[in-house]
Amino acid sequence: MAEIVLSTQKLSVGYGKKLVISGIDISVERGKILTLIGPNGAGKSTVLKTICRQLTPLEGTVYIGKNKLEELSGNELAKCAAALLTGKVKTEYMRCRDVVKMGRYPYTGRLGILSEHDKDKVEEAIKKVDIENIADNDFDSVSDGQRQRVLIAGAICREPQILILDEPSTFLDIKYKLELMDILKRLASEKKTAIIMSLHELDLAQRVSDKLLCIKGNRPDRFGTPEEIFTGGYLEQLYDVEKGSLCEYYGTLELHRSDGNPKVFVIGGGGSGITVYRKLHRLGIPFAAGVIHQNDIEYPVAFALAVKLVSEKAFEPISEENYQKAFEIMSNCESVICAVESFGTMNKQCQELLNEAKKAGKLVEGAFDE
Amino acid sequence: MDSRVKRITIGYTILIVLLIVLVILNICVGSADILPNRLWKAIRFPENDKVAYNIVFGLRIPRTFAAVILGGALAVAGFLLQNFFANPIAGPYILGISSGAKLTVAMLMVISLSKGFAANSAEMVIAAFVGSLISMGLILLISAKVQRMSVLIVCGVMIGYICSSVTDLVVNLSDDSNIVNLHNWSMGSFSGITMSDVLTATCIIIPACFCAFMLSKPMSAYQLGEEYAQNSGVHIKAFRITLILLSSLLAACVTAFAGPVSFVGVAVPHLIKSIFRTAKPVITLPSSFLGGAVFCLFCDLITRTLFAPTELSISTVTSIFGAPVVIYMLLNRERLKENG
Repeated sequence: MAEIVLSTQKLSVGYGKKLVISGIDISVERGKILTLIGPNGAGKSTVLKTICRQLTPLEGTVYIGKNKLEELSGNELAKCAAALLTGKVKTEYMRCRDVVKMGRYPYTGRLGILSEHDKDKVEEAIKKVDIENIADNDFDSVSDGQRQRVLIAGAICREPQILILDEPSTFLDIKYKLELMDILKRLASEKKTAIIMSLHELDLAQRVSDKLLCIKGNRPDRFGTPEEIFTGGYLEQLYDVEKGSLCEYYGTLELHRSDGNPKVFVIGGGGSGITVYRKLHRLGIPFAAGVIHQNDIEYPVAFALAVKLVSEKAFEPISEENYQKAFEIMSNCESVICAVESFGTMNKQCQELLNEAKKAGKLVEGAFDE
Repeated sequence: MDSRVKRITIGYTILIVLLIVLVILNICVGSADILPNRLWKAIRFPENDKVAYNIVFGLRIPRTFAAVILGGALAVAGFLLQNFFANPIAGPYILGISSGAKLTVAMLMVISLSKGFAANSAEMVIAAFVGSLISMGLILLISAKVQRMSVLIVCGVMIGYICSSVTDLVVNLSDDSNIVNLHNWSMGSFSGITMSDVLTATCIIIPACFCAFMLSKPMSAYQLGEEYAQNSGVHIKAFRITLILLSSLLAACVTAFAGPVSFVGVAVPHLIKSIFRTAKPVITLPSSFLGGAVFCLFCDLITRTLFAPTELSISTVTSIFGAPVVIYMLLNRERLKENG
């Protein structure tokens, strides 16, 4: 079993006397990524602040390796755990490179002067997060996203065993979000850094984490692998959102469906319906969809957005019962859109629906606007 | 050479040259001008030119060195306070710390005069230190309550006013012929400082500044915010207490010997930082000391020579040069805020 670099025992965290979360028992191994997820205000930051000693635990203990957190000197802790929290960093006359250099702080001597070795580490980190082009700019003059990357470079060049990040992807555009996740993955696998962070982006959390800690209502709700967490509608429950708002396979979100009786019936399947659903949703037109297999790529979207949905079990041909159901709903709609381009054995009943729609003169072809 | 290193080297060279030139000017120029060759002769053969010797060694050298040491101390005290409060406008005078020290020193003087003994310089420094710590305590209490730095500054100025008013009251209530002396001191002046006072001040200020310099490293992390410093391994509590004690001690020491001297603590570190284009304490702390010394030498020269033989108070001159810098900084800050 891999070496455990950080663990907590019956840890309770909070501010002063105010308890935020109690009963945290987690352990993080070398080279693994632990992500904290949960609704706003659940106390993710409080946990992170406690394990990097910004806050003292109300109860319980945090262990860094085998040592108790409170017994480490400031310098020892700084060397083995680098933290990047959400507090604003202000500077005066500092280039981005100077800010990165501060990352080497615990390794420097009495006056904080960097050795050649330190400088190499700084340049390496600058390269790693791709900020060479802004390294000589004033830290105050760069954008929030660039600033975030500079601070991440600072944390990386400290070469900690444990990297603690509070919402590190905030302010980053998709390119740098992806790059950040790649960097974290690489740090974990190459340098065996343990990474503990909080994320709001569930899609990223699902892809990058080895373990997830879900926090809700003053306690850790679940602790497990992404596969264990992204299942059975648990996340919708964690965030208190409507069923169907979150696709568990992709961690993506869907907006609330348009209410009312369906006006349009969409014959869908195979993925081509997704753009139609989105457009109808955008125009605020309530719609029904069918018949869609439950393993169809567009099923999660249709499930989230359609007022009524007729679905069929995976790998089964469409049953007569479901066909009748779809036909009935379609009859009550004003118009029909067919998004399916070709029909096969499994969805030949959909072709029948199309024929019926044509007969009733309800079929809308080509682009639609109303 | 790296342009930054070049800038710093040139900056230091200019400061040192200015310091030397101003020290010589301060010793030579005055109501009786003593040219360098006469000065040199007087130093070598004191018996031949007793007048020059007495002026130089009895008055000008102590005064000049007082300006160097105390000016440097003020700038360093200001630099420390600016770091502590993360506010470029903080300084011992603006936050009322000098005025607090002034009040306790005035009280000690009045009490000692009425009891018929003269307080020695060590006692004065202790009294000043107590006063500055009281003011500092008040400021810290306020800073725990308010987040806005401008409110803190206003409160500091108000504390300064209260202390000054009480000082005036105390000074006026006491009935003594020495009152004139006391009055001079309470306006701020480098005159009347003896060589032994300068030595006492040096013995306190140099070690204090050295300690402050040794705090350069944690200070540089603290400049990025308390959270950042803590993550870098700085023991925040100990660091903050040391910073408070050092800046109070430096401000107290200056006040005990020269009375309140305004704006040096705010203006000098700011000027130094903008000239050197860095806020790194390793570089800016020693240069602030030099800058403070140069600034005070220059201002003291003006107080003595502008309306000679009448002397101005040192704060009159330092305010004229220092206050505009503060106004400029305030405006600059507002502009930065507007830009985001």
